Amino acid sequence: MTEYRLNRRDFVKGAGLLGAASTLPLSVVKLAFAAPKESFTFAYISDAHIQHIKGKEFVRNWDRGLIRAVAETNLLTPKPDFVVFGGDLAQLGTKEELDHGAEMLSRLSYKTHCVMGEHDYYLDLGEYWSKLFGAHYYSWDHKGVHFVVLNSVLTYDDWTHKRWPTAAQRMLEMAGLDNPNGSPFMVGEKQREWLRQDLAKVDKQTPVVVFSHSPIQKIYKGWNFWTEDAEQVQALLKPFPKANVIYGHVHQIQYNQIDNIAFNSVMATAWPWPYPQSYAHADQHLPVLTVPMNRADPFFERDATGWQFIDVATGRVAMEYNLYNNTNRVVAFNPATGRPEDRVYQAAANRIPPQIHY
Amino acid sequence: MTRYLLRVTIGAFLVTCIAGNLAARADEFTQKDQERWEKEYLSVVQKGRELWTSPTLGTNGVACAQCHPNAANTHPETYPKFQQQLGRVIPLRDMINWCLQQPLQGKPLALDDPRMVAIEAYVTHERRTVPLAPGKH
Repeated sequence: MTEYRLNRRDFVKGAGLLGAASTLPLSVVKLAFAAPKESFTFAYISDAHIQHIKGKEFVRNWDRGLIRAVAETNLLTPKPDFVVFGGDLAQLGTKEELDHGAEMLSRLSYKTHCVMGEHDYYLDLGEYWSKLFGAHYYSWDHKGVHFVVLNSVLTYDDWTHKRWPTAAQRMLEMAGLDNPNGSPFMVGEKQREWLRQDLAKVDKQTPVVVFSHSPIQKIYKGWNFWTEDAEQVQALLKPFPKANVIYGHVHQIQYNQIDNIAFNSVMATAWPWPYPQSYAHADQHLPVLTVPMNRADPFFERDATGWQFIDVATGRVAMEYNLYNNTNRVVAFNPATGRPEDRVYQAAANRIPPQIHY
Repeated sequence: MTRYLLRVTIGAFLVTCIAGNLAARADEFTQKDQERWEKEYLSVVQKGRELWTSPTLGTNGVACAQCHPNAANTHPETYPKFQQQLGRVIPLRDMINWCLQQPLQGKPLALDDPRMVAIEAYVTHERRTVPLAPGKH
């Protein structure tokens, strides 16, 4: 068992910078299952949606979410081995938004890996994003774990290349979550072939962690809580007993187990989204395993947003959600049941009224 | 004299009604009427949807739909209700105005502004078939 706690001196040093340290959500986190010599953690920040107004003006609310996540991540002790940014750094994919977001991310004192989101992609198909952050999909090994980043927000060629008169309109059409003119996300044949070849080199007992923006499972098509070729990607992960997928996009807590694959979503730093069942006319499939996050209190602008740090020492994900203005939650793989579970709320009797959503 | 005039007027009115076979009964309406009312209603719902997705309703480019796709998580069926942060019972319109002023950094609408009616119509339309639950949290 390893203890992660904030170093007091760092905390005090950070307090002056943050000015809101009394609300810093990190106290003492105990991670079970982990043998100390194997242990490492990484942090995950996602869905900042930096939104340009005009000139040097950006939407203040979304800026504050990312600034806070970066500042708090820098205070973690012990330090995470790296940070993943899970996509949707920008709102409409512009140079201004990506530059402003990249400048904020550059303050992270750790190596940062970036995932492509649809809000980053559909203006120039990821061209400027690539100049800042590199390849759209890639993999690396770290302390016995194989990590893969996919660009899961591609869609049909016809929609991308032939449907819209301008790139700006294409971006706007995909940016509207509930826009019926949108198109389902997919990894696509080319990238699946790359993934097949990449995984062929990896020993099957190696824990694999895939980072994608969209869920590599089908939850609700209307809001693109969905990946069109999810089953085909899942099939590539099938030979790995310890396969994990971590995704952004949904701005809410979700987790699931499909055969050998454990799924965990991450929170947004910008704003929360309703659960699909909140839309009375949605044919949706939120994993029954998921205990929802608390309903957002709009009077606290950071409520139901946050960031997370993750331990994969067992080859499975133990995710601590740092929830602004809310009690933190831990969703960790339970080896006894073979699925991710909330450490406190999983049993129905333990759930609380704000977890009931309209 | 007055009574005579009244009688003549009523008589003339009745003759006109019967002779003209006017649909003057309050409880009688036709499919055509219903179609017209539905069309009027849906045009206001459509206007509400346009406002809901508009980046120009507020001042910072943020649209209602950014946080509330399909107007979800607005639960209009629970209003009027006690809004603890405001300390009183409010109708949905007060929360719409709160959102216009805070996340959208805009100005509140008059409660009878046609845009307010349109937004409320859209939000309620997306929640149609859900049972009323006033006062609930």
